[in-house]
Amino acid sequence: MAGSGTAHMRPENETLLRAEGLVVEFPVGRTGLKVHAVSDVSIDVIEGETVGLVGESGCGKSTTGRALIQLPHPTGGRVVFDGLDLTSLDGEALRQVRPKLQMIFQDPISSLNPRRKVEEIVGEGLRIWNIGDDASRQAKVDEVLDAVGLDPAVARGRRPHQFSGGQCQRISIARAVITDPKVIICDEPVSALDVSVQAQILNLLEDMKERYGLTLIFIAHDLAVVKNVSDRVVVMYLGKICEVGPPDTMFAQPAHPYTAGLLAAIPIPDPSLRPEERPPLAGEIPSPVAPPSGCRFRTRCPKAQELCAAEEPIIRDLGGGQYVACHFPLAPGEALPSSNGSSVPSASPLG
Amino acid sequence: MSRKSRAERFADAPGDGALLEVEDVKTYFRTERGTVRAVDGVSFSLERGKTLGIVGESGCGKSVLSRSVMGLLPKQNLIREGSIKFEGSEVANLVQKDMQRFWGTQMSMIFQDPMTSLNPVMKIGNQITESLRYHLDVDKSFARETAVALLASVGIPEPKRRLSEYPHQLSGGMRQRVMIAIALACGPKLLFADEPTTALDVTVQAQILDLLQAQQRERFMGMILVTHDLGVVAGRADDIAVMYAGRIVEKASARTLFTEMRHPYTEALMKSIPKLSDKSHTRLAAIAGRPPDLVGERKGCSFAARCPYAQPRCREEDPTLVDGATLGHQYACFFPVGTPEGREALARNQDALDTTVDATDTTVTPGVG
Repeated sequence: MAGSGTAHMRPENETLLRAEGLVVEFPVGRTGLKVHAVSDVSIDVIEGETVGLVGESGCGKSTTGRALIQLPHPTGGRVVFDGLDLTSLDGEALRQVRPKLQMIFQDPISSLNPRRKVEEIVGEGLRIWNIGDDASRQAKVDEVLDAVGLDPAVARGRRPHQFSGGQCQRISIARAVITDPKVIICDEPVSALDVSVQAQILNLLEDMKERYGLTLIFIAHDLAVVKNVSDRVVVMYLGKICEVGPPDTMFAQPAHPYTAGLLAAIPIPDPSLRPEERPPLAGEIPSPVAPPSGCRFRTRCPKAQELCAAEEPIIRDLGGGQYVACHFPLAPGEALPSSNGSSVPSASPLG
Repeated sequence: MSRKSRAERFADAPGDGALLEVEDVKTYFRTERGTVRAVDGVSFSLERGKTLGIVGESGCGKSVLSRSVMGLLPKQNLIREGSIKFEGSEVANLVQKDMQRFWGTQMSMIFQDPMTSLNPVMKIGNQITESLRYHLDVDKSFARETAVALLASVGIPEPKRRLSEYPHQLSGGMRQRVMIAIALACGPKLLFADEPTTALDVTVQAQILDLLQAQQRERFMGMILVTHDLGVVAGRADDIAVMYAGRIVEKASARTLFTEMRHPYTEALMKSIPKLSDKSHTRLAAIAGRPPDLVGERKGCSFAARCPYAQPRCREEDPTLVDGATLGHQYACFFPVGTPEGREALARNQDALDTTVDATDTTVTPGVG
């Protein structure tokens, strides 16, 4: 997989937030080894767009999201937001940018302080930034609570434990939009929710985007969810980008074998489709401490050749806004070959 | 597997009758807030070699139901009613000590979280041989050989080496394979899989589900697959039961359920799932509101508050399961989807909505989401 390259990047003057050659590494104890969480990833977002980041756990999608808002600073590469190089900023200068870049987390209950009232949680951003007086802050809190579908009169004085998971996620969204951010990074915002509530929150995010003119980076492992909200999808694997494209064309005609494998693995609610006819991707994601040489996906790829081990594929343009980092991409209509019918992983799996 | 003991078991197994018959099972918990009706009158039966999918959202009672059958419930503050027959013998009233005879050799269970279900300070090998030695009374070396064979059969590479490893040395998918090996060790006739893939990635989920299906066919086990994901059971279960607020609201063969769904909740659940075949930015048909509180008396249909078909009758009377046109199809609804009554009820509600929508603010009240 993935590979490096910037063919999919759009001109700098068009993008609101862009990361170039992002590298995030973590040391493994005192062993001198490193976890290569994100390796040379470039992504960009245009104002008003939703970019979806998908991949299995451990693919570096959350780390990429956090590196964008400098939590922590990436090991390498640069992040430009609205003409400002965030990677060069520190302390107060970086703090000044924060209200414009907000984040929504996966677990709605644990991401809210249980001892605070909802009005304190939601209004904290305004208080910290000394925006308006008490009355106007109160009015703003009521406005955003109302916008996320909670009755301000009831919700204001309650604490997080008095709400369900879906309602807590609504509070998180209210907290994120209150400082009038430009970009919100949503890190698996619906993974912890039930399907019926998930649909409510996804609809709400679309409404919020329109109402507050937001730009979203939507991180999730569920391809159907990502497709539903995104204008552009970035598929990641083991810290690299595999494929970039508009969801409608990319999911109809995946070019990267990994994208095709992910799509084939999704359980489809239709009993006439027998799942065993769609062979799952064999094996599991290898350890990011010692990622495979060349294309990082080659150990699980049914199309892998010698070239894939020797040389890392570079992202290239397939036309129609679709970009792929693969030496042997799937031709239109080509099915993913079965991986010898065996689901026994070839590589030794590590945690 | 211990061949001898399996042969013995097959010899005395009654060949006819359902493997499991559950009749009006109720499981209530006494809490400070009142009695929680977690499972409130559930009946179903399962044949050998068949898979029953139980689908529902969190809090619908699906896990409590499977734990009720297994006898894995807390001893305190529990109220149980109803009959559970396993191969014709009543197990609902057995105490844990008597229930132990059934665990492992007759029925076993795979839990949702493979990270916490394995003992972190015990080697994989010992965790498998423990149940073999306990239930089947085999010697150490035989148990060890069986464990190696089991690990190989669930797709774990280098099974011999894995025996002396600890759970933290394995990935999530591998740990779930070990859980499956342990559950299958004593050759159960009935396997409960309680959200077996929820904690796993989609690619690994597909591998684990394929493995479960292959093992079930090979061993001719009955399997109960509990999940919140209709997609997981669609291609893999013979029958599907949809649960809501502690009851089965619709039950049918997988094909019938998807083609002739009658209960508005089943329909709403299907519609709220984002589908890959839909274009991006398709507005999702979310179910308004949230599941009801299971404490206290129920009045009327528990889905009525969120149901687009609901009529005054639904808020007063409690619908019971009635037979549908197809054999084995049952649903509990007065105004079923796709019937003239249902269409009429839906149209009536929509008319009422159209006339009031201009007058009222569209703000959603809390209680939603």
